[in-house]
Amino acid sequence: MAALEVGGLDVHYGGVHALRGMSLTVGEGEIVALLGNNGAGKTTTLSAISGLVRPSAGKIVFDGRDLTRARPEAIVRAGLVHVPEGRRVFSTLTVHENLQIGGYPVRDKAEIRRRVDRVYALLPRLAERRAQQGGTLSGGEQQMLAIGRALVSGPRLLLLDEPSMGLAPLVVASVMELVREVNLEGVSVLLVEQNAKAALKIAHRGYVIESGACVLGGSAAELRGDSRVVEAYLGGV
Amino acid sequence: MAQLIWNGLFVGSFYALVALGYSMVYGIMKLLNFAHGDIYMLGAFTGFAILGAVGGVSPGMALPVLLGVLVVTMGVTGLSGVVLERVAYRPLRSAPRLSLLITAVGASFALEYGMRAAAGADPRVYPLRLGGTTVELLGARITLQQVALIIVAIALMAGLNVLVTRTREGRAMRAIALDPRTAALMGINVNAVISRTFFLGSALAGAAGVMAGAYYGKVDFLMGFLIGLKAFTSAVIGGIGNITGTMLGGLLLGLLESFGTYWLGGEWRDVFAFGVLILFLTVRPTGLLGERVTERV
Repeated sequence: MAALEVGGLDVHYGGVHALRGMSLTVGEGEIVALLGNNGAGKTTTLSAISGLVRPSAGKIVFDGRDLTRARPEAIVRAGLVHVPEGRRVFSTLTVHENLQIGGYPVRDKAEIRRRVDRVYALLPRLAERRAQQGGTLSGGEQQMLAIGRALVSGPRLLLLDEPSMGLAPLVVASVMELVREVNLEGVSVLLVEQNAKAALKIAHRGYVIESGACVLGGSAAELRGDSRVVEAYLGGV
Repeated sequence: MAQLIWNGLFVGSFYALVALGYSMVYGIMKLLNFAHGDIYMLGAFTGFAILGAVGGVSPGMALPVLLGVLVVTMGVTGLSGVVLERVAYRPLRSAPRLSLLITAVGASFALEYGMRAAAGADPRVYPLRLGGTTVELLGARITLQQVALIIVAIALMAGLNVLVTRTREGRAMRAIALDPRTAALMGINVNAVISRTFFLGSALAGAAGVMAGAYYGKVDFLMGFLIGLKAFTSAVIGGIGNITGTMLGGLLLGLLESFGTYWLGGEWRDVFAFGVLILFLTVRPTGLLGERVTERV
């Protein structure tokens, strides 16, 4: 059974029809890449799933629960956590406070402390900078912090929006490595990326979206070998 | 000299209490809540009504009674702030900033003239006065009640500071101030936190209103107008949206007024205060702590 099932999603922004019958699934323990050009509807898809924008049609089901009209905080509590584009670290809060914010839905203070400590163990760089303001970190560290912050919420499915954006190739590799590690611990991932190459390296499956709907889907290996994907997103041959 | 400083700090702590609500609301939703001074007025009248219902208070019991009235009033004004936000500001959350500002001015008038309709236009004499024993300290004449009021004011401000800097709720407020969308993605119920921010700010203003009523001895429906502007000035001086800065700004404005009155005469007091506002807006619009400590609520 798929953990996340999105079916026939329509989203309108004013007069713009941003999603037209968007459908996808993410299975338990899977990393699924969502590829596409600027404006194809990748971010809108994530925003609809996490409750920031209201779809005008369609269904979002997570673990058998209908979350189509749920509020963002209810969706987080259900275990679906969205790491937004551009990391969106709280710049004047310390690294530690940023992580604590991730634990906002959790009432048990000891539990939050345990989860924050686990993030520090996973990302020792953050532990070194725990008292520093989030905005003073490098781009790569901010991305790590954004993912770490989401992990404190206790996600079962992470929605990652362009984690490689603006990062040097080496840093991209370490962010992708982090995503893989998180996935190995049992968290499913829906990974939106323009960097198709990096995304398909760690993903199990992928979709290509164009003008608000999926035009192609398959295993990562299939997509890597598909001539249309190679031409459009992997920089030709 | 010592007397001037003392008077300044005393008035300044009222300004600071009111200014905090201004500053918090501005920090979290970038709204200049012009009705905030009228919440202070509402607090003064709520205290007036409760004291009237309680009946005569012997001078010895004045302080304990006042503290009780303070707590009840803070609850009442806090809830009024929540209602104000829910009715007047929340429907306009995504509207242009100017619409919110105009609504705030409208809400201010509604509160002022609503109170005029309810309680009349004439000033009311507060049924409880804080006079009492004076003590001499470093050449300043201080009443014990003044000391008590300042202690209450400082305790409230310190409590607020701890709440904002150390608690889960405070972190959520600061997160929303920086980025409400991302805060929502972290599972924070943004509307609920904004409501509670209004509650806190309005409760502090209500406390200041009761203290002012008991200290100055009379209340009227327009009493919030001037102090609203003064609180705004304090917030700008200290760095609007910055909690520590706002407290300092209130105290500093009190001191400036106290000395300005001494040098120039009482009729120049407000000119002096707003002159300082204009000076800050031109020379240092971020306020005293607006840049060094960038943390906002």
